[in-house]
Formats: sequence, C-alpha cells, structure tokens
Amino acid sequence: MIHDILSENVRKEIDSIRSKFPHDKNKSSIIESLLIIQHENSGYLNEELIGALAEYLNVQKIDVYEVATFYSMFNLKPIGKNTISVCTNVSCMLRNSDQIVEYIEKKLKIKIGESTKDNKFYLKDEMECLAACNGAPMMQVNHVNYENLTFEKIDKILDGIKDD
Amino acid sequence: MIKVCTQTFDCKDPSSIETYIKLGGYSAWREILNQQTPKSQIIETIKDSQLKGKGGAGFLTGLKWSFISPSESQKYLVCNSDESEPGTCKDRDILRYNPHSVIEGMLIACYAIGASVGYNYLRGEFIGDQWNVTNNAVKEAYEHNFIGDNILGSNVSINIIPLIGAGAYIVGEETAMLESIEGKRGMPRIKPPFPAVQGLYGKPTIINNTETIASVPYIIKNGVDWYKNLGAGDSHGVKMFCMSGHLNKPKVIEAPLGTPFSKLLDECNGILNDKKLKAVIPGGSSVPVVKGEVIMDTPMDYEPLMKIGTMLGSGGVIVMDETTCMVSVLERISRFYYAESCGQCTPCREGTGWLYKTLVKIRAGHGDQSDLDLLNRVANQIEGHCICALGDAAAMPVKSFLTNFWNEFEYYVEKKQSMII
Repeated sequence: MIHDILSENVRKEIDSIRSKFPHDKNKSSIIESLLIIQHENSGYLNEELIGALAEYLNVQKIDVYEVATFYSMFNLKPIGKNTISVCTNVSCMLRNSDQIVEYIEKKLKIKIGESTKDNKFYLKDEMECLAACNGAPMMQVNHVNYENLTFEKIDKILDGIKDD
Repeated sequence: MIKVCTQTFDCKDPSSIETYIKLGGYSAWREILNQQTPKSQIIETIKDSQLKGKGGAGFLTGLKWSFISPSESQKYLVCNSDESEPGTCKDRDILRYNPHSVIEGMLIACYAIGASVGYNYLRGEFIGDQWNVTNNAVKEAYEHNFIGDNILGSNVSINIIPLIGAGAYIVGEETAMLESIEGKRGMPRIKPPFPAVQGLYGKPTIINNTETIASVPYIIKNGVDWYKNLGAGDSHGVKMFCMSGHLNKPKVIEAPLGTPFSKLLDECNGILNDKKLKAVIPGGSSVPVVKGEVIMDTPMDYEPLMKIGTMLGSGGVIVMDETTCMVSVLERISRFYYAESCGQCTPCREGTGWLYKTLVKIRAGHGDQSDLDLLNRVANQIEGHCICALGDAAAMPVKSFLTNFWNEFEYYVEKKQSMII
C-alpha cells in the first residue's frame, strides 16, 4: 500500500535523509522528506502522502501534519506548475516591489495567492524576505533568483518558461 | 580592501575546494590536527579575538563556546544559515561563494567544543543555489578527508551535515532551530536551560551564525592581533554590511567594524538619484530606525550604534530617502512579524496582529489619534513578555518609528493621507 503512494525513488531519498540523524530520531527526517514528496507530487501535499510518510518513518500522522502546516513552503492544495515568489519586504518595497506584484497579477490575470487557469503559474503570497536585498526588486521562480527586476525582464523570464 | 569571509568572492570558480586551498584554506584545520592543539587554546584564541556573533545578537563567540557542558556526552554544533531577517543578504553570498570557509570553521568549532557532528541548517528558500553549492563543497571536503572518520590520520572524527528548512523566519532563533532539526514546528524553547547545556536532542549544543563560523579559520590562521587590528578606530574585526534600499549601487560590503556610515554610503555611490537621506535601519528590520543625520558619522559597531538608540543586528543596512512614507514602511515591517510569529506566546501572537491591523487601518485613512497611542501600548505589552526575541523585534520598530517620525504619523491620522506625495 505505502509502496504505491511513495515511489521507490522517493523511499530511497528518504532513507538517505534518515542517515543524517541518530537512528532513533525519525522525526528529524520529516521536513526534508516532505520537500522531496511534494516535489514529486506536482508541488503539493495531501493527507494520503502525509499519512504515508508517517507510516514510513514510524511516527504519528499528527507529527507530520504539524510540520506540513507550519512551514510556508508546503502547499496543502494543488498549485500551478511554476511557483513565482516576489519579495515584498522593506528593502524590496523601497525599490517598488508592489508594482512588480501588480504587473505580474495583470500579466497572468490572477491575484496574489492564485494559480493561472492553465495551471502554468502559481503566484505565491510570499511573506518572507528572500535574502537578496541588494538585488531588489527580486523574485524567485521555482527557487531560482531573478534580481533587479524590470517589467521587460519579467516578460522575458515568464514568457521564456515552456509549456512542457 | 579587507577580505575575510569574502576572500574567494572575486576568484574564478570561487566555491571550489581548489580555489579555497590555493588561498591557504584548510591550513588552520591541518595545523590543529598536526599539533593536536588543546581545545581550550582554540576557545581562548576566539575569545581574545573578540569575534562576536554576526547573526544579530553580537554575543562573544569564544565565550559562548566556553559554556559548552564539560560532560562526556554527545555534543553538537549547529551553523545557522537560516538567513531571513529582512534586509540581510550576506550569508547567502558566503554559502555560494565561500562554502569551504563555513566547513572549515564548523570543523574547528566542532573540535573546540568536542562535537562529533556539525549540522549546517539552510533556510528552505536557499534550496536552489546555496543548497547545491553547500552539498557539493561538503562532498569535496569528504573526498579530501578534511571531514569524516580519522581525519588525515589524526584519530579525530567529525561529520558535517547540511540540512534544509521549509520556510519559517522563526527558525533563525536558535532554540527554534533545534526544534526544527528535531522535526517539529519551529517554536522557541524557554531558556534556561541554554543549548550549551541542553540543546539538540537534549545534548550540549552550540549554535553560531554562518558569517561567524566562516570567520573562524581566518582568525586561527592569521592570529588574534591580525583580526583585531582589522577594525577601524577603537573597533575590532570586520563585518559584512548588506546595503539595500534607496542607493545608487546597493551591495554587500565587508568592512572594518567602526567604519563610519557615511563611508559605506559613499561605497554605494550615495543615495539613489541624488535624493536626500531620510532614515536608516542599520541592522535588519527588527532594530530601531534612526534619522539619517543622526547616523551619518556614527562608526558602524555595536557600542556606537547603541549610543544613538539602535543596534548593529545582522548588518542589514536599509537606507531610505526623503520620498519614503514612514507609515507605509512600518506597516510593511509589522506585516512581516505578524505573518512570522509562531503563535506560541499570546502577547506576540495577538499583539503583532493588533499592530499590523492598526497600521492598515491608519493607512486606509480610518485611523485617529487614539490609534497611535494604541500602537505604543501594544508594543509595550509585547516587549519583554515573550519566550523569544521575535516579540521585541516586532515592538522595537513600532516604538522607534513613532518616536522619530511622530509628526508623519500624526499627519496621517489627521489628514487621512500620507505627508509624502
């Protein structure tokens, strides 16, 4: 059953994550394992996956659920294929990050926190500073940094992402 | 130009082990293994160098190390690479351009405190570049037997293990980081017991910031006097300053501690579009804001910044010009702490919400004079009443913005619009 939910590849990766911690500290592997599982599941988690990881690590389901709901990089709902996070904290705000968000919203015809109809993009409501303050305004697309953004630059980056 | 943590930055292939070794890297570690340097001697050296924690608190690193419990039990070192204080972007550069200084620093720190395992916890958003570079560097160091079992035939065995988070500012707080490594929600622990006595998995643990750790090999290699003399004026050592905001050339500058703010400003080619300087937050968004004219000639070091009512913090220097609406900036800062409060302590969980919502109300033109008093009152009710410093971090900006720019806030609640057009 569990083998149907977590692929052999994922299970192998989880085993290697486990080797980083003392053998009786299974909970320590939850965060990194969830990142792997989420990546393999089109960017989001669900109860079945959470339950499967709990079973595989021999921890309580609530332990995994707590982690999945606490950390902002875990999604519990389906999202678009490519995640865009625009930093809007002080340093970026001073360099007009709000206009950057507005531009992307208009371009993709969505509001922050939503995915496009074709499911190609997800515009995350990013609360954190993404630690690239000297390159403000900036965004991450699938965790790759793009800095010193202009509207033209955004067009080029987003238009350059293939439909696959 | 002084280069400590940034030594490899301009090299071709800066992150490779060859580049690092060519510049004298791992020689401090080899020397320690060859000489079997007593642990206490290393701790004394770091103490004498007056190296201070560069993540924000500025605590003496050597002193912290000396607190490690002398018990024979398993001990841990944790390198805090959860860089997420708004305005701070230095550790990301160390991690991607000088990863071996972090590894060598972790090895020396592990040796000094008697830890056989060192974890380097990177924030989740570093899963692109920094995570890959870190893992690759650790692999290289294993291949050279600088890490692992019986390192270079010395009988010393230390493992260095990179970890990744999944998005939570609070995990940068050291005890929240321990919780996170244990696979739980990142909620800070009550201290005491301090981690040096009871830390990761209940074992003695030292947690240091990335820039602090990366400084260690250079101090061991070049000596206490060398490091201390790098400072300007009465200051000792260096710091990476993350210059951001309204600047012609925002950048990360590694400069002597004690460098006047005006000099850092010059290095960034001054204020954007030749506007006038209005305000500066010198140590990440948690620390109090100061007026531009107050900080201009201040030496950028812990004490002098305390004297003008603010702090060096993480070295995230946020520069604002005369066109900045301070009400909007404070609203944005408050949004951050509201979103990132872990929810464990009531004053912080509820108070950060009140602060943010009150500022949103003022900005929407629905505020009045009593809301300004409310902001101050809520900030005072949070400050000093929570388990960790996030509450204080939410309160300090509010109080300093109101104190320094009271007229702007008053104008906003009276006229229902910003003073800045």
